[in-house]
Amino acid sequence: MSGTSMTTRAWLLLLPLLAVMVAVIGWPLADTVGLSFTDAKLVGTAGNFVGIDNYVKTISGSNFQRSLITTAEFAIISVFAEMVLGVLAALLLNQQFYGRTVLRGLMILPWALPTVVNATLWRLIYNPEYGALNAALTQIGLLDAYRSWLGEPGTALASLIVADCWKNFPLVALIALAALQAVPRDITAASLVDGAGPFSRFRFVILPYLAGPLMVALVLRTIEAFKVFDIIWVMTRGGPANSTRTLSILVYQEAFSFQRAGSGASLALIVTLLVAVLAAAYAALVRKTAGSNA
Amino acid sequence: MERKSVLFFLFIHACALLLAAVILAPLVWLFVMSISPAADLTAKPLRWWPQAVDFSRYGVLLSSVENSAGAAFVASLINSIAVAGMATIAALGLAIPAAWAVSRTPAVGWSLYMVIATYMLPPVALAVPLYFGLSHLGLLNNVFGLALVYLTILAPFTTWLMKSGFDAIPKEIEAAAMMDGAGLFATLRIITLPLAAPVMATSALFAFLLAWDEFFYALLFTSDLRAKTLTVAIADLAGGRVSDYGLIATAGVLAALPPVAIGLIMQRALISGLTSGGVKG
Repeated sequence: MSGTSMTTRAWLLLLPLLAVMVAVIGWPLADTVGLSFTDAKLVGTAGNFVGIDNYVKTISGSNFQRSLITTAEFAIISVFAEMVLGVLAALLLNQQFYGRTVLRGLMILPWALPTVVNATLWRLIYNPEYGALNAALTQIGLLDAYRSWLGEPGTALASLIVADCWKNFPLVALIALAALQAVPRDITAASLVDGAGPFSRFRFVILPYLAGPLMVALVLRTIEAFKVFDIIWVMTRGGPANSTRTLSILVYQEAFSFQRAGSGASLALIVTLLVAVLAAAYAALVRKTAGSNA
Repeated sequence: MERKSVLFFLFIHACALLLAAVILAPLVWLFVMSISPAADLTAKPLRWWPQAVDFSRYGVLLSSVENSAGAAFVASLINSIAVAGMATIAALGLAIPAAWAVSRTPAVGWSLYMVIATYMLPPVALAVPLYFGLSHLGLLNNVFGLALVYLTILAPFTTWLMKSGFDAIPKEIEAAAMMDGAGLFATLRIITLPLAAPVMATSALFAFLLAWDEFFYALLFTSDLRAKTLTVAIADLAGGRVSDYGLIATAGVLAALPPVAIGLIMQRALISGLTSGGVKG
């Protein structure tokens, strides 16, 4: 078969997928771009062209700036904690101990738990009157009076981050464990003979094997954390006093609660752009990591 | 040296116990809440194990008495199965030919990267036009409409997994079959697709789990029992004025059972899929 006809055949096989992608992603995205230059409402009139007004108002608005900081806090702290806990758990799971197979198996459970169920579960745990966290902390004497973990601006975001980490660090651990199992035994043995301590062994012998897979996990988790909606919507809806209102929650409120489709669209595109910049920066970093290990 | 290794042995086992407790405690508590009488869950000090184990809420939620909490729950369960099932089948139907084409004809590969790049898009960037579009087609609050929207998530993802699956099947096997006179479609049917069956199964399971887990679009595009999925039903319970926390916990346990069962049974395949891509947040 000639090269040209093979390419034609390939395009024909791709066509259904590409057509559906254009219909459900390409067209809506283009439409969002169009909407972002209008003052369209969710219901009623199509809206008038207002140029870049929405963008100017959005970027200079305090709501956006505050949500951006909240999102960055959520993403940086939770992803960092997930990476550290994940690697520590993987190092542990790579040791010899009784029940290792069972414990490795259990690690899949938080990942498999639906996000909304996880959020609901932690909401019950944090319940200000009857929650298990209040009960446990007071019964062992660490807490004098019950607290409203999700109801106080000071603790709400941290409480969300704990719930998010619990669900996601086991995934990082499983990825890191798979990478650890690929470290050749004779290399670690050789480093022992050469007198490397546990920390230098981790830094110079094991970490290079972990870097690639961990970078991939880091990229994907950061993008996910930046887009976070479900867990926050179920646990706090962005409250109290907007202290957990991340960018996705802000867009939802703007476009659907306040029905300002036009300005919601401009906000959504700014978020998209931020994620794209983040992804591009990471892609460059991944290439660098991969290059230095080759 | 001997003493140090005994200490190390104890230390490792203590850490393992701690990790097991961290993973299990919230899950066990979810289950305990589901079988505790309501009075035990609001007792002070809190009762960590029910005086009398009570499985009745599972019966309540799985009953189909009209206008009961059970009827609403069962309807959302059926909607979730329908939406996730339809979206998975449609995604695989689109992904398999596309992934094979890209795997065998690298010249068209750039189109796949564009499809995969859509993973970065936050759903909020598509939500408003999709809402208008579905409303225009009369597909708001409709399981078919929601399954269609889920293709935005499932199709790029399954194509990516399937492509790496096809990459692992040597071209030469296909070439040999064609040399023996088999046509393209006969070759695919007899040689390639059976060899790709395991990766197809893994992709289908991943796709189903993603759809089962989805919340944002379901929250926006469904409004009552005709299309509401489990995730929305559970969020309603959690955010509403349900006074029995045990009932919320029971709904959570039931919604978690299918993915947890899939996770435990398919562990090996899922982990190899996860490590080759690192997916689902």
